[in-house]
Amino acid sequence: MARAWKFGDNLNTDEIMPARFNITIDEKELASKVFCEIRPDYAPNARPGDVVVGGWNFGCGSSREHAPVAIRGSQAGCVVAASFARIFFRNAINIGLPILESPEASAGIEDGDEVEVDLASGAIYNRTRGTSFQARPLPPFVLKIASAGGLVKFLREHEIEELTA
Amino acid sequence: MGTLVEEIFSRQLGRAVEAGEIVLLDVDYIMSHDNTTPLAIKAFREIGKPMRDPAKAVIHFDHAYPAPNQLAAENQQKIVRFIQEQNMPHFYHRGVCHQVMIEEGFVRPGGVVIGADSHTVTYGALGCFSTGLGSSEIGAAWVTGKAWFKVPETILVRLEGAARPGVFSKDVMLHIAGRMGMDGATYRSLEFAGSYIDALAVHERIVFANMSVEIGAKCGLIAPDERTFEYLRRETKARPPYEQFEAVQPRYERVFEVNVSALEPQVACHPDVDQVKPLSEVAGLPIDQVYIGTCTNARFEDLALAASILKGRQVSRFTRTLVTPASQTIYEKALAAGLIQVFLDAGCTVNAPGCGACIGRHGGILAPGERAFTTMNRNFIGRMGSPEAEIYLGSPAAAAATAIEGRIADPRKYMG
Repeated sequence: MARAWKFGDNLNTDEIMPARFNITIDEKELASKVFCEIRPDYAPNARPGDVVVGGWNFGCGSSREHAPVAIRGSQAGCVVAASFARIFFRNAINIGLPILESPEASAGIEDGDEVEVDLASGAIYNRTRGTSFQARPLPPFVLKIASAGGLVKFLREHEIEELTA
Repeated sequence: MGTLVEEIFSRQLGRAVEAGEIVLLDVDYIMSHDNTTPLAIKAFREIGKPMRDPAKAVIHFDHAYPAPNQLAAENQQKIVRFIQEQNMPHFYHRGVCHQVMIEEGFVRPGGVVIGADSHTVTYGALGCFSTGLGSSEIGAAWVTGKAWFKVPETILVRLEGAARPGVFSKDVMLHIAGRMGMDGATYRSLEFAGSYIDALAVHERIVFANMSVEIGAKCGLIAPDERTFEYLRRETKARPPYEQFEAVQPRYERVFEVNVSALEPQVACHPDVDQVKPLSEVAGLPIDQVYIGTCTNARFEDLALAASILKGRQVSRFTRTLVTPASQTIYEKALAAGLIQVFLDAGCTVNAPGCGACIGRHGGILAPGERAFTTMNRNFIGRMGSPEAEIYLGSPAAAAATAIEGRIADPRKYMG
């Protein structure tokens, strides 16, 4: 069972990964600083598979890919949010960080709840409260990137034209 | 046919496209900087295919330049080696990437530019579709020369009237951000139009495009007109002919109207860009650091405006006042016009062009409990150093007046 780490609306990339720490591309080092200013308890206590739950407009602000990379490095199982900022959404898909958009789940999960997520179906279960939610499905062409494990892996095997084919 | 973004995409593809479609576009240029290039190189190496056209890539050193520490120096060393290895012709360390992109002629009306920086949207002020993407997509675009987009719906922002003295495009944009909110335009294209825009100088128009990402937009566009072409001829290396186009029978998702004549100077308060108030409501708040810089408001005209207020005056003794021209070109012009001397005489510190202080890297870090008034586009917690510091945003004129008083001050007091 995974623990939910709950964050508020408009969580920006400076809060996810402060600019002064993203001078490295080392994933573990980035992960050690993720959320360090707003949730210093996250990095030392998050366990593999834990779920980051945000509100509206998750990941707004800078284009820095260091932000989703740091979350992936913390071994979070996925990010659930009411909505995602545009660049963060693309970045997460591109690096293979699973994200699920569900305003209902975002509202129905509190910090510390025990949750379970089925990435294939998009089903989100709140075991603490006995509730379940269904995330919005990804558009088909985005799914092509996501199922390849990210853009880099997609392009190793495919041509970019196949995305819109 | 369609909105500005539909027009640009349709022209590029040679067929009509509509909001909602997924398109794959050839990009003119692929921009990245010292902060985002290392992850792009990693993605490029992992894809393992050759670079399609090294002349499409434009790399800037501006985020931490000159390197403030050894790690940054090593990052930049790796990037330089990569540029040499790949024979990439476009490499700059002449100031903030977005200003240099415009000056060096990479931006043209009807163009398509992607960049690993959220403020890549800036070029929309010149009728160029431009947007921020992450590093992996930059590495991918080096290989493919392309990027995919969902054609966005458009919100028309109609700005009517004339601004009162002391009110600038920054004040108008902050007002828009305050009313629309930080996710008010997520995934949307913003089109700025109306009598206010028609009469507005290009350096002020740039503020709207630059800050469109602060309310979540994919791009912020202004239809190119004679002012645009004149600016391109005079201020940039982009040579004519320039593409001329406008929205044709556009279908807007909604129209957002602002009567500019009614506005007074605005301030975005700690800790978010949409916490906007009339300056008069926060006037008098003590300020430890004033920063006139960034891709939003450090163009020659911004510096000239600040200098006109600071000329013959002194900045407050305990208010560090930093002036960072957006580019070397602007720095040179400011020197020739005597503006740098005005800043030095007033007690300001003039920094080398770049982004350093705006992202809390170097050249103006805040201590816990300190409060800054800046011409930046974002005031997120921890942006300029300590997470216990506060950042307020306003126009270059308001920043200069604030520097004199050491407290948030109305610029109109100091304007002739």
